[in-house]
Amino acid sequence: MAANPMTQFEVYRIGPEIKVGAFDISFTNASLFMVISSLAILIIFNLGSKRSSVLPNKLQLLAELSYTFVSKMISDTAGSKAKPYFAFIFSLFMFVLFCNMFGMIPYTFTVTSHIIVTFVLAAFIFIGVTIIGFIKHGFGYLKLFVPSGVPIVLLPLIVIIEIISYLSRPVSLSVRLFANMMAGHTMMKVFGGFVISLGIIGGWLPLSFSVALTGLEILVAFLQAYVFAILTCIYLNDALNLHH
Amino acid sequence: MIKKIFFQFIFFNFFFLKEVFAAESGGMPQLNPEFWISQIFWLTLTFGILYVVLSKLILPKISANLELRKSQIQENIETAEKQREISESKLKEYNDFVLKSKFEAKNIFKDARKKVLKDINSKKENLDKQIDGEIKKAEQEIAVLKKNAPEKINKIVIETSSELVKKLIGAEVNNSSISAIVDELSKKNGNKYYGN
Repeated sequence: MAANPMTQFEVYRIGPEIKVGAFDISFTNASLFMVISSLAILIIFNLGSKRSSVLPNKLQLLAELSYTFVSKMISDTAGSKAKPYFAFIFSLFMFVLFCNMFGMIPYTFTVTSHIIVTFVLAAFIFIGVTIIGFIKHGFGYLKLFVPSGVPIVLLPLIVIIEIISYLSRPVSLSVRLFANMMAGHTMMKVFGGFVISLGIIGGWLPLSFSVALTGLEILVAFLQAYVFAILTCIYLNDALNLHH
Repeated sequence: MIKKIFFQFIFFNFFFLKEVFAAESGGMPQLNPEFWISQIFWLTLTFGILYVVLSKLILPKISANLELRKSQIQENIETAEKQREISESKLKEYNDFVLKSKFEAKNIFKDARKKVLKDINSKKENLDKQIDGEIKKAEQEIAVLKKNAPEKINKIVIETSSELVKKLIGAEVNNSSISAIVDELSKKNGNKYYGN
């Protein structure tokens, strides 16, 4: 059983089955880690914002550094118009980051390794960005699909390509995060399994590989959260400042 | 590039593993829709609460803290700048004061020197005058004495010589005859004795 690297992604019910109408909304291990991640974010940032002193303590420094980091990321990619969406992107980045990082602890569940979770997030972003674009520019937002300076002959083709690329945004956004997380965790599990099966003599090589992979996965966990947030910023930038 | 190959490898590996464990686990648990609704529900709930609490309660506080720190630091810098300016002006004042007092001291010294020199000069003049007067007086006295000296000497000589004659010879000599001799001698040798 332990040899199956996919069992770590299994969702199971914790506690009783809760049903609303035809829908099963039972509390699962995935829900548990969503709650844990959210609570951890809230606790850390609440403690980090409590005392205000000129010389910050460690938690305050962490909170303020994250704040300025995300703030700078947004202003760099989407400009000053994206200020109202700062809280959303900050929450998004922190949520994905904490879910990824909690997944790195052995025997935990990685929320973001499930396509449905990342797809809901990405779809929400996609729909939100599209709505923002139409509110800001009306039907002028459709100019996004018509790049300027393209020969008239190529235009139909380009427009079709642009539309496809626009529509595939939620898919690419969600699959990128989900696939990275799942692949990494599967890989680690596989190498962990090799350590056991090769025993005390041959197990050292996969063990060292596993250790290196852990470092890589922590990097990937941060990087994917960052990529997720920055792509959201870029999509937002398209909606706010129509460049085409 | 290496990462891409790496992940491709993992993917193919994963598909391979899927085939291997297909009978055992039934493929990817991610594609099992049993708990999709539950996950969507809990994601919306937790993320919604997270967003609301962060945006309404925590982020404004952090932003306020940052602003406060910025303004405080700015204020401190401004205060420091002001104080530096004040101290610079004070230093200038001090330097001016020192320069002024140096100048004043020089002036005072000059004045004092002038005064002292003047005093000395006037005193010197007075003294010179006094000395000149004394000298004149003394010269006058000397002149008087000089004038009177031959007469007195003559008288003394006459008396002394009469006494001498009296003692040596025992004869009374007439004073008038002696004075005649003395007058003659003094007229003859007067130049030699008095330098007149």
